[in-house]
Amino acid sequence: MSTPEIAVVGFAHAPHVPETFGTTNGVEMLVPCFQQLYADLGITKTDIDFWCSGSSDYLAGRAFSFISAVDAIGAVPPINESHVEMDAAWALYEAWVKLLSGQAQTALVYGFGKSSAGTLRQVLSRQLDPYLVGPLWPDAVSVAGLQARAGLDAGRWTEREMAAVAGGDIESLLAEPYVADPLRAHDIAPITDGAAAIVLAVGDRARELCERPAWITGIAHNIDAQALGGRDLTRSPSTTRAAAAATRGETSFDLAELHAPFSHQQLILAEAIGLSPETPVNPSGGALAGNPMFAAGLERIGNAATAIISGTADRTLAHATSGPALQQNLVAVLESEAR
Amino acid sequence: MTQGNTAVEVLSGPLRVQFDYTRSVGPIIGAFLTGLRDRRILGVRGSDGRVLVPAQEYDPITSAPLAELVQVEPTGTVQSWTWVAEPLPGQPFDRPFAWALVQLDGADTAMLHALDVTDPSQVRTGLRVRVRWAEERTGTIHDIACFEPGEGAAAPAETSADTAEPVTMLTTPVDMHYKHTASPQESAYLRGLAEGKLIGGRSEAGGRVYFPPRGANPTDGTPTDDLVELPDKGTVTTFCIVNVPFLGQRIKPPYVAAYVLLDGADIPFLHLVLGCEASEVRMGMRVEAVWKPRAEWGHALANIDHFRPSGEPDAPYESYQHHL
Repeated sequence: MSTPEIAVVGFAHAPHVPETFGTTNGVEMLVPCFQQLYADLGITKTDIDFWCSGSSDYLAGRAFSFISAVDAIGAVPPINESHVEMDAAWALYEAWVKLLSGQAQTALVYGFGKSSAGTLRQVLSRQLDPYLVGPLWPDAVSVAGLQARAGLDAGRWTEREMAAVAGGDIESLLAEPYVADPLRAHDIAPITDGAAAIVLAVGDRARELCERPAWITGIAHNIDAQALGGRDLTRSPSTTRAAAAATRGETSFDLAELHAPFSHQQLILAEAIGLSPETPVNPSGGALAGNPMFAAGLERIGNAATAIISGTADRTLAHATSGPALQQNLVAVLESEAR
Repeated sequence: MTQGNTAVEVLSGPLRVQFDYTRSVGPIIGAFLTGLRDRRILGVRGSDGRVLVPAQEYDPITSAPLAELVQVEPTGTVQSWTWVAEPLPGQPFDRPFAWALVQLDGADTAMLHALDVTDPSQVRTGLRVRVRWAEERTGTIHDIACFEPGEGAAAPAETSADTAEPVTMLTTPVDMHYKHTASPQESAYLRGLAEGKLIGGRSEAGGRVYFPPRGANPTDGTPTDDLVELPDKGTVTTFCIVNVPFLGQRIKPPYVAAYVLLDGADIPFLHLVLGCEASEVRMGMRVEAVWKPRAEWGHALANIDHFRPSGEPDAPYESYQHHL
């Protein structure tokens, strides 16, 4: 039995906004995404064999918010559905496995988050070690600040290089005050509400739905040890391992979409993957331009796939991260030709 | 924004999520916390010989369980730090401070805690620091109040009384604040209640009417934006007699919680049926709303105190069999 070819055939995302009028269960942001995908691909919900989502109840401040989100699908007759409490890039990985197993021909993956409902940097402290770290409530910006400082002090990068990731007039960026020394506002992803959705399909079904499917020719995820003080925060071995598995050592790409909610993390990731300096990184603007929690990683895959689907690229890389200080990382390779 | 046949500004309100997370700590974290209570800091030796502090249950390289506890010094060196200009609730200080990753003497990894400095100029990587113990120690990470610049132990370790039980449980209070927002359809519904109106919604004229209306019709994913005012009379589709007392109960058992299908609606909702013996309530019973005095109304279904029998003949089973 041959391994199914699996491709991204459609991508839609809600506008990146500082505060949506919608609810924390994402329905108001997701319904237009689904409707756009149905229209783009000429399908209805009954063409989708498997649904998988990524979101967080801590972000929503309510239990089982992902169940309410299923209303956006319209689950009559019953659907085959799953959820991860992670960025939806990992929901895409679950869907990829489902398609690989032959249990489904198509899948719709979605993620959503209304970060504006709470205090994001405080909410994210709940994903730290709940025994010895979480009770101190270290906020996510501070944790990233510890990582940035470690790299500055080790000579791994400079504040100027961090500002260059953000882009713009570097001198004026460096003249800005610190938000969480050594991080300035431009180093920190904005608070963004949003949602995103991707349709996956196998083999000839993908070719029916899309003239130029973005074939997933490699995808892998990996995790580093959880203790923040127990690993070198200036490097990302889990990204290196995931990238080695996904790229099989071939690291030339027409573009790369890296999920870096903090400027210095883009520097860590580009090195960990082994990108050449010529590779355009985050033409979309990346998470520093818009960071819808639990969807931003999926959007990296969506943007990398769209470049293939639209014919502007033949081989792209997408990366997603989850957890504090780049703890867990996923790398996907998308190509115009199936392998 | 415009929603179907009405324009809606969404309602929102503060939501406070507050609970205690209680965890058993296991032998290694338990030993670490018991040590803190006695002003001792314990690491654990990893598979590569490194001393990992705080002690952790599993090896970060091999994932094997770890067991060899090693005491380290209460003094150490800052490996990295960041400045907190605006502390959040729950953090160790309520004024600006630094977080630091501190490698204690005798340890090969760093631990995260607050550092008591009042200006970023007082901290740098390489700074020597020591533990400041909390006066009251209960077996949590808060037994370390913070780190402070300086050398030497602030207070010596003490030996537990023989009777002191090891730490086995950890309780972490969680308290977070959100802005909860009603959907446009829920907002119309809640505003209706504030005026004594019951507002349902459907995806299109002639479609099934949801009460309350929904952001997405759960059968097809389209918003139920065609809003419909419903009467405050309906039919009991099914019910239960509550005999069990519970915390917060406001009515003395036995009483009836019933699904009421409003006339013109296609989905029932849960409310109380009072005004008759619990044993008289039955499927198909016709009921009407008993509203609280208008002065007590808010944006809530609680504006209806309960439903009572209307005295009409029972509805035939066929009229509600598809709404159970």
